Amino acid sequence: MTTNSNLQRVLESGGFAVTAECGPPRSADPDIVIKKGLLLKKHVDAVNVTDNQTAIVRMGSLAASALLKSIGLDPVWQLVCRDRNRIAIQSDILGAAALGINNMLCLSGDHQSFGNQPHAKNVFDLDSMQLLGAARDLRDSGRLIYDSNEIPPAARPGLFIGAAANPFADPFEFRAIRLAKKIANGAQFIQTQCIFNLPKFTKWMKAVRDRGLADKVYILGGVTPIKSAGMALYMKDKVAGMDVPDEVIKRIKGAPKDKQREEGVKLCVETIQKLRKIKGVAGVHIMAIEWEEAVPEIVEAAGLR
Amino acid sequence: MIVGERKPFEEIQALLRGYKKILLAGCGTCVKVCFAGGDKEVAVLASQLGIANNKAGVKARIDQVTIERQCENEFIDEAARALDGHDCIMSMACGAGVQMLAARFPRLPVLPAVNTTFLGLLDKQGIFLENCQGCGDCVLGRFGGVCPVTRCSKSLFNGPCGGSANGVCEIDPSVPCGWQEIYDRLKALGRLDTLEQTEPPKNWASARHGGPRKLIREDNIL
Repeated sequence: MTTNSNLQRVLESGGFAVTAECGPPRSADPDIVIKKGLLLKKHVDAVNVTDNQTAIVRMGSLAASALLKSIGLDPVWQLVCRDRNRIAIQSDILGAAALGINNMLCLSGDHQSFGNQPHAKNVFDLDSMQLLGAARDLRDSGRLIYDSNEIPPAARPGLFIGAAANPFADPFEFRAIRLAKKIANGAQFIQTQCIFNLPKFTKWMKAVRDRGLADKVYILGGVTPIKSAGMALYMKDKVAGMDVPDEVIKRIKGAPKDKQREEGVKLCVETIQKLRKIKGVAGVHIMAIEWEEAVPEIVEAAGLR
Repeated sequence: MIVGERKPFEEIQALLRGYKKILLAGCGTCVKVCFAGGDKEVAVLASQLGIANNKAGVKARIDQVTIERQCENEFIDEAARALDGHDCIMSMACGAGVQMLAARFPRLPVLPAVNTTFLGLLDKQGIFLENCQGCGDCVLGRFGGVCPVTRCSKSLFNGPCGGSANGVCEIDPSVPCGWQEIYDRLKALGRLDTLEQTEPPKNWASARHGGPRKLIREDNIL
């Protein structure tokens, strides 16, 4: 199904897509979202709006997506299963489409024990696979989960649906199977976990191609510019699902303190250039965490615009 | 079995403040096996309270009884005499036992001494693991005998999340990844193919989410 998604248009026309991440603020200040959006606007095809990432309470991803939409960006609204049951999820999907959101990314969500509400009760009524299926069914058949009533075609949520993949998580052999399941449940595009370990990513891509999956889904490789050696170490040790090889840490550490950001950007650009050469990689997803101003420079240096 | 853990002594003391004729009521079933509320734990708590009361100059009688199964009326009948003549009962059973006594003795305060923690098993001496959430619709047959609802921190049904690394869960390196366990079991059984199928959204109505549950066994009703 063709939607009004700019991201879908770029990918389907064979372009190398560029998306970036925009983390909503830990406040009700809309100007922060708008400012970040304007910074990214001319440099990316779509902007991901994170949903209380690392389980820290922030402005809602749907509200922030609507703000970005209002200034002409194509938001990728992220939605996690941690905080909502199927009633809220399906209701939000209808609401997102009504607000003109064209893309959604279906995620499990970081466990609440990481964040600032560790005493919260989590939900996980659905998992990310079931969330994908629910979004696809709402769009394609107008049906809610286990409900035979149909929403008329004109009023169905026309969303371009994506999912995440972490090629670096275990068990490695299951990762391509999991991707196949996500595609079978409606994933049209995939954004991967930050890639620092290129050999492992390359191995995963081979498994993905061998299963014929690269022809069925658009894979956007995730990249993150490293700000400092401290950040690299933090990601390696503390961030769930991250694979930061020692060579990367050594390289950033090797730069003088005031040049580490520059080295981080350089490494990120090199990674993007290598990713472009991997068969089946349809774009990149730049996650410059609380460093959105680095995105235009990375996009330009990587020759993406 | 139901696994429980005795509450901290200070919390127990606070719950019992002001009572003069206290009955500590242990349970001889699950909480005895997990060393939380059996006859031995009753005796230990009684002496702890006795020493503390003596030290503080508090006069209170502390009696002890251990009911074979506090969640069944007929066992409570056997111990009913011991339960009389007290101004409070402190139950050392699981939450079901506490509520059984509370329902049976509507005029007496019944207080809990144990935190009921989970349904689980004894992994090794002194270590208990949670294995079952009593969801009312057992799926173990499809997951190699490892429960995704309980053993996965996010109760995922379609494979491990991106936080599974080296066999451990993203929440804590001391927590094994339930999905790695499912994967390993199914691999050993030659049934990895089952993981390629999508598990549809679960019906949680049979779990606690459908409201307090009631099981009716027509064939057992007298």
